[in-house]
Amino acid sequence: MTDSSGSVGVVKTKFFTFAEPPDEMELESGERLGPITVAYETYGQLNEKGNNAILIVHALSGDAHVAGYHLDNDKKHGWWDFMIGSGRPFDTDQYFVVCSNVLGGCKGTTGSTSIDPQTGNPYNLNFPVVTIGDMVKVQKHLIDHLGIKKLLTVVGGSMGGMQVLEWAIEYPDMVASAIPIATACRLSAQGIAFDEVGRQAIYADANWKNGEYLNNGAIPAQGLAVARMFAHITYLSEDSMHNKFGRKLREKERYGYDFSTDFEVESYLHHQGESFIKRFDANTYLYITKAIDYFDLYRDYGSLENAFKKIIAKFLVISFSSDWLFPTAQSKEIVKALKVNRKHVTFCEIPSSYGHDAFLLRNDDMENMIGSFVSHVYQEME
Amino acid sequence: MTPQKLRHIRLDLELISDLIAENSTVLDLGCGAGDLLYKLLKEKNVQGHGVEIFDQYIYASVNKGVPVVHADLDEGLDDYPDKSFDYVILSRTLQVVRKPHQILKEMLRVGKIGIVSLPNFGFWKVRSQLFFKGKMPVTKILPYQWYDTPNIHLVTIKDFKIFCKKENIKIKKQTYLVKERKGKWLANLFPNLS
Repeated sequence: MTDSSGSVGVVKTKFFTFAEPPDEMELESGERLGPITVAYETYGQLNEKGNNAILIVHALSGDAHVAGYHLDNDKKHGWWDFMIGSGRPFDTDQYFVVCSNVLGGCKGTTGSTSIDPQTGNPYNLNFPVVTIGDMVKVQKHLIDHLGIKKLLTVVGGSMGGMQVLEWAIEYPDMVASAIPIATACRLSAQGIAFDEVGRQAIYADANWKNGEYLNNGAIPAQGLAVARMFAHITYLSEDSMHNKFGRKLREKERYGYDFSTDFEVESYLHHQGESFIKRFDANTYLYITKAIDYFDLYRDYGSLENAFKKIIAKFLVISFSSDWLFPTAQSKEIVKALKVNRKHVTFCEIPSSYGHDAFLLRNDDMENMIGSFVSHVYQEME
Repeated sequence: MTPQKLRHIRLDLELISDLIAENSTVLDLGCGAGDLLYKLLKEKNVQGHGVEIFDQYIYASVNKGVPVVHADLDEGLDDYPDKSFDYVILSRTLQVVRKPHQILKEMLRVGKIGIVSLPNFGFWKVRSQLFFKGKMPVTKILPYQWYDTPNIHLVTIKDFKIFCKKENIKIKKQTYLVKERKGKWLANLFPNLS
């Protein structure tokens, strides 16, 4: 499905460090953290006016590598590659695209796996609990550092969408448009419950050792894999699982009448779990899911109406019809708050059978809509 | 699903556009591919957005730079505060909604002025098909067969006026639109409902 024409090609992750002591960054919890290193990638060129920058914010397990390849012979491209490049919705011939790993992440930005300068050891659970607001505050430092005065667009799905909302609300003057996708103003009780099961799977792994596993040999691989397998189910829809696997058996004609892998869907989940433990970290999973659970615009602003009062950004809100983790009704809450405040808003529920994961998959309607929305905002800025 | 509508800017949109004051706020219910709002944004510098149920129309509107919200009018306009728009427009949409009665009431709550355009089911060419042929009328403006039409509440101008009287809706201005030469055009405009 990947079309290599228009690819940004081979790219490098860059790093930016700030908040050196004694100028640590204050977190929402009141704790102070520093120094903070941010891993980020950029594609395209910032124009002279500094008004063509697009910030892409990632979801739970994402990273800064959103487009292109790290090596010449890399088989795997960035996580939203089809959106970024020459002639793609975020056209790098016109725009300057930035993506960074979130605060608390394990892909180059300071998080629980980073070395605590005070001890010389990984932070592990001594790392402070961070919030979506803290993640955005760190991104703001990066954006300032890059000399961007105003973001043409902030865009992201799921937890990325939460950051989009936070950006538009916290830094209204800096955001010309916002594209929150498959997201919510706060996670539902059901969503928090799913996250907690994931965390419990990690705690239950004997290798977790209260988070002190990095210098102690084995990692809590099984716990993290179970967390991922479970979460992955919530990213799909019943339909998409049925279409992909049905009740197909895995390399066998009949039931094994034992506890080996019988069904294709089991094998698929095992694969999801196994590949996840190679690229993600268990403590980081705890921190990031906590940040998602804490995000609550109702709590922070009293009401959604109040939360969106000062925003200037034009909004494009997108949900997917089969997403039951961040259902359309939650996007409609955002839309309602914008309408009540008479803000510029477009909303579309895109028909899709792929569940929550739909935003990560190619979809002509999504790509075209996002592309033309951004290009209209850009033209109106000129 | 996208019900077929006439491609060019419909004549009633031109007429509606003439009624809209510059720099005003507009809510276009059932905005279709966003043609009217596109015109109003360009020519009248209005603020506002469309409401549309069909995703393909939403993509077409966004493509023009017209803001639009995906929603079913039959679920009401609860999200909008009283008198939050100068104009609420219902252009050839009344006949497709399940509860026209409710929509009209809601549009007059949300808007200071309501503008309705509708294909007249009482137009003689439409009537004659039913009368002489004994068949449900099919015309360019009402191009559907009885079994696949989205038009579930066809209404004549007379019906509409009787309805407005009963509901205490004052019709401030009305326009009949008949382009006889081509024999196809027919629309009716009831601006300034209040």
